[in-house]
Amino acid sequence: MKWPALGYLRASSLDELWRALGEGAQILAGGQTLLATLAFRLSEPGTLVDITRIPELRGISVAGGVLRVGALTRHAELGRDALVARHAPLLTQAVPHIAHPAIRNRGTIGGSLAYADPAAELPACAVALDATLVLARAGGERRVKATEFFTGLLTTALEPGEIIAAVEFPLAGPSQRTVILEVARRSGDYAMTGLAAVLDLGADGRIASPRLTFFGVGEGPVLAARANAALEGRALDATAIAAAQAALDADLDPPADLHGPPAMKRHLCRVLLGRALQSFTPATEQAA
Amino acid sequence: MMITLTVNGERVTRHVEPRRHLIDFLRLDLGLTGSHAGCEHGVCGACTVRVDGEIVRGCLVLAASLDGAEVTTIEGLTDSGEVADLQEAFVARNAAQCGFCTPGMVMAAADILAHHADADRAAIREHLSGNYCRCTGYQAIVEAVETTLAARREAVR
Ligand SMILES: Cc1cc2nc3c(=O)[nH]c(=O)nc-3n(C[C@H](O)[C@H](O)[C@H](O)COP(=O)(O)OP(=O)(O)OC[C@H]3O[C@@H](n4cnc5c(N)ncnc54)[C@H](O)[C@@H]3O)c2cc1C
Ligand code: FES
Ligand code: FES
Repeated sequence: MKWPALGYLRASSLDELWRALGEGAQILAGGQTLLATLAFRLSEPGTLVDITRIPELRGISVAGGVLRVGALTRHAELGRDALVARHAPLLTQAVPHIAHPAIRNRGTIGGSLAYADPAAELPACAVALDATLVLARAGGERRVKATEFFTGLLTTALEPGEIIAAVEFPLAGPSQRTVILEVARRSGDYAMTGLAAVLDLGADGRIASPRLTFFGVGEGPVLAARANAALEGRALDATAIAAAQAALDADLDPPADLHGPPAMKRHLCRVLLGRALQSFTPATEQAA
Repeated sequence: MMITLTVNGERVTRHVEPRRHLIDFLRLDLGLTGSHAGCEHGVCGACTVRVDGEIVRGCLVLAASLDGAEVTTIEGLTDSGEVADLQEAFVARNAAQCGFCTPGMVMAAADILAHHADADRAAIREHLSGNYCRCTGYQAIVEAVETTLAARREAVR
């Protein structure tokens, strides 16, 4: 279907944006979700306010012990950035899973987090990495933890008139291990079920601060509290993996969806958990 | 609103309604019908064109947002001769049947030729995963890209 009649204006600074954000206005970033939903007439904004030329929302930098990623960072840029690869390698690993090259050339991290699709990769990565979102509004800024930002199905802590300006990620230490795995019908499709896994693996082979985060299985990213507790402080071996898989069931309450029943999703989560942890074990033990 | 942009090397200035997406702009306002509109919600890839050197979904870009941009369509790509060898390989392998997906497929494949000269079959498939073809079963398309890459590598030796 064709898009509904709408207005369009481009803000070239935050000040212009605050003046433009009124009744019926909606922010347009990469447009890779918003414009697709317009075709279904799922949304009928009065005016689209294009934020892609606002310089304050761009850029990737390291300062004050965090990696700051501007909201307008496109998926393709995120995937090839050297600072991201060094300080938050999970994000680099995630990008090839997000849609397809032409969509990655336009879609932004701010748009992905604001839309909060439960099957999307970047919201899960933000939770797994314990990121902090920088939210801006006319006359101020506040910081919200990713774990508190996603409040329900396609809903977030964003207030009217507020935008995501940037995302701050803690810098990965030398013992950090990360992997993202998912099951999708077609490469690039939203995941049926996915896992963003982050943990520290000490020289003694023990796990610290595990943050296994599942996506596509709930209303938002699901930080698997019980499975993570089952892993904390343990040596990474087959017993630990089995214990985490056993604990995982109580962390999940997947809805039935187009892909299949809850039992199928639970099964896929257990399999992904096994594969993720296995990938962190030394090659010699994997063979054994 | 008025926009001025470059399409296939030519400057054009036009009045556009905000609701116009790039593919309707190209097809209906400029008469460039090589770019196809299939699903119009980002899934099929038939609308793949270049904006400022990078491939995008033309159905997910507002024409109004392209003031100052540089757009290349299948017509411009063909005229430049950049992918003449790929197009010959498409014909030789029968990689186009009904042809609906072909302009988008060639635009996406041109991106592989331009940026991923070492792509193997798996990488080619991955790169084209966002482009649907309902006729060929993809094998012929992947082979056309693969042989073109191989021939180009051979040529620079
Ligand atoms: C065919 C297809 C497949 C896809 N597959 C995947 C996939 O596998 N995984 C995945 O994660 N995504 C997928 N996507 C979505 C893609 O990643 C989008 O780019 C992303 O979800 C939205 O980013 P955007 O910049 O395009 O946002 P837009 O579409 O411009 O905006 C989306 C929403 O966020 C709001 N918004 C945008 N930026 C901000 C901001 N800075 N602050 C506050 N609100 C803001 C907008 O108002 C709008 O409500 C797919 C899209 C398509 C069309
Ligand atoms: S018409 Fe644009 S992706 Fe189908
Ligand atoms: S040739 Fe018919 S859709 Fe590809």
